Amino acid sequence: MQTIWFSLVALMLVGYVVLDGFDLGAGALHLLAARTDAERRLVLEAIGPVWDGNEVWLLAAGGTLFYAFPLLYASSFSGFYLALNIVLWLLLFRAIGIEFRMHVAHPLWCAFFDGAFCLASLLLIVFFGAALGNVLRGVSMGPDHYFFAPLWTDFRPGAHPGILDWYTILCAVVSLAAVSMHGALYLILKTEGSLNARLRTVVKRLWPALVALSAAALAATIFVRPNLLDNYRTAPVAWLIPASVVAGLAGIFHFTRTGGERNAFLSSCLYIVATLCGAAAALYPALLPSSADPANGITIYNAAAGAASLSIGLIWWGIGMAIAVGYTVVVYTMFKGKVHSGSSYH
Amino acid sequence: MNDALFLHRIHFAFTITYHYIFPQLTMGLAPLIVVLKTLGLRTKNPAYHQAARFWTRVFGINFLAGVVTGIPMEFQFGTNWSRFSQLTGGVIAQPVAMEGVFSFFLESAFLGLFLFGEKRLGPKGHWWAAFMVFLGSWLSGFFIVAANAWMQHPVAYQRLADGSFQVTSFWGVLGNPWALIQYVHTMSGAVVTGAFVMAAVGAFYLLAGRHSECGRIFVRVGVVAGIAACVFQIFPSGDMHGKYMAAHQPVTTAAMEALFHSTAGAPMVIMGQPDMERQTIDNPIVVNKALSFLIYGTTRAEVKGLDQFPPQDWPTNVPLLYFSYHVMAGLGTLFVAIMGLSALLLRKGRLFRARWMLWILMLAFPFPYIANIAGWLTAEVGRQPWLVYGLLRTEQGYSANVSAANTLFTLLGFMGIYALLSIFLMFLVTRLIQQGPAPLSGGEA
Repeated sequence: MQTIWFSLVALMLVGYVVLDGFDLGAGALHLLAARTDAERRLVLEAIGPVWDGNEVWLLAAGGTLFYAFPLLYASSFSGFYLALNIVLWLLLFRAIGIEFRMHVAHPLWCAFFDGAFCLASLLLIVFFGAALGNVLRGVSMGPDHYFFAPLWTDFRPGAHPGILDWYTILCAVVSLAAVSMHGALYLILKTEGSLNARLRTVVKRLWPALVALSAAALAATIFVRPNLLDNYRTAPVAWLIPASVVAGLAGIFHFTRTGGERNAFLSSCLYIVATLCGAAAALYPALLPSSADPANGITIYNAAAGAASLSIGLIWWGIGMAIAVGYTVVVYTMFKGKVHSGSSYH
Repeated sequence: MNDALFLHRIHFAFTITYHYIFPQLTMGLAPLIVVLKTLGLRTKNPAYHQAARFWTRVFGINFLAGVVTGIPMEFQFGTNWSRFSQLTGGVIAQPVAMEGVFSFFLESAFLGLFLFGEKRLGPKGHWWAAFMVFLGSWLSGFFIVAANAWMQHPVAYQRLADGSFQVTSFWGVLGNPWALIQYVHTMSGAVVTGAFVMAAVGAFYLLAGRHSECGRIFVRVGVVAGIAACVFQIFPSGDMHGKYMAAHQPVTTAAMEALFHSTAGAPMVIMGQPDMERQTIDNPIVVNKALSFLIYGTTRAEVKGLDQFPPQDWPTNVPLLYFSYHVMAGLGTLFVAIMGLSALLLRKGRLFRARWMLWILMLAFPFPYIANIAGWLTAEVGRQPWLVYGLLRTEQGYSANVSAANTLFTLLGFMGIYALLSIFLMFLVTRLIQQGPAPLSGGEA
């Protein structure tokens, strides 16, 4: 039962990164790729109807985590207190940037809100990447499974690391490259003309960097926590996951050249899903390892809610998420296709 | 109380109070917009559609503000109240997670259609989008009230060996009698805010001599919905809530009334300041025997005073609780008078010419916000010193691993950001009211 909920929480988080990832990525590239006011409006129109729904995946994932693994929710949210509050502020700034941009006409205000949107998106991607790095590396926990992580200490992933060290910063940079690529491929799918062409150049330049960074992050992960390979040794079928990562990268390369916009975006989805699944498979059954004394770590067994709660939850969660996926499909179907300037949105 | 605990409490109180400015308006406006759209479909009068379109835009801005200030609330259970989350996650997280899964997806999917899809969907389709947004926001309210109600009146749980709680019945938590009573009271409170705001904007247009047709619609719908909600707020919903509270949280009832000593035929205090040292009310204006009658239906019944309970179980801030409750109840009574008088004038066909009444309606809109927030303060301050009534004390629930300084740092951060957000929002809403209702144009549809 704990394993089922581990998979469900992982699924929600992967869903969040794949969906909100492209609008975060679009935000990070906003100032760089879209140059004129008309182009910037196009970027906002491309994500306008869906970004809010994408962010709901984060909320629903948070709620599901709270329900299934209360200890993990309590310990990690309070332990990463500073980083999480900064994330909340960035989410606020980003929403203000997107929505207020639509309501003002003065160029200075537009520039201000464009800047807020771009900077907040960029920093969010960096923080989410570092968050994944922290979960893989582990934190210095007490026997009650609680901790308080400083933003940084000596930048080394030792026994008492901060939220930012060289390893988690590397994860943040990989995340920035991967999610920006994801955003660019989504925008290519939604736009035409000069904006589309400029984004293609971005993707071509980003691709080699992403390949190199992914390889470096993999090597660094094995160096920092060698035991993360244990699950791959006991269950060789798991090697299909890194194979999918490679397939995703190859797909992006191939389809951007042959013009398959949809397939290129789907390849990027595959890359993100496989990378995150690879991390989840390496962690299982741990949820947040302890860097000092391994016995203090949080696992699915010591963090799970009671058995009765978990069984009751499976029913309503299944029904609710089936409906939610339905909404998501309907919304994306209604708003599929390219956006044009002056279209009906905003 | 130690610094860290105090700051964690202020942190939650500040962010939730600011957040609740927005949902109370959107939950109140949503059914009124459905009413306007229904009238538009029935009467074929385009002014109703125009009125609905105006309120849809006000709704959109407030809904966004509600979403962005609501996200920190879900995270704060974990960041600032980690022990509470760890112990009660098996119960509380059920309604919290259900809100995400059942209402947030629903709202976000239909909000886009509701705000921007009027042309694409046609009148009937757009009516449905409005209805679904209404449904989603009221569903959302229910899950949050159900979570709060479990803290006020825990049901359907068992305690495990490690001290944590686990749910024993899915419907038990959702069907908590406290939740049902609190829900109708909260929702009709939201409609009071929605109705007052709609009537105030209408009164402004009529007084200023602009958009008169829409102004009359706003005032009429606002006053009719307002009188119904204001009366329902006191009877039966407030009355039921008060009686249920007296039965299950008698010490809170005593503190709300600042009734220091048990009294047969207890009076109701209309005004006065509780004197905690001498245990009396200064400058009192009272109605004899009214409290006994309101709680027990007879003027002779004895109401338990604070002296019947050990001081460590008293709500931690009796004067704040007393004032919150009296502000809520006093304003609630005033609202019935304002809306009652307006409804009377409306019925006689004189309201739109009675400028003095329109002035009152225009200036009254901030007060329902105050009353709604005072109501929540009554519920939350009244629950102290407990997080989960009778089971978990507040000092057992906060994040002991987060220091006072770090809590102060994020509290100041939220204050700064919310100040900025307030300025932007006031600018946008003022501009919207300045522009006024407009026919369906090509660009905006």
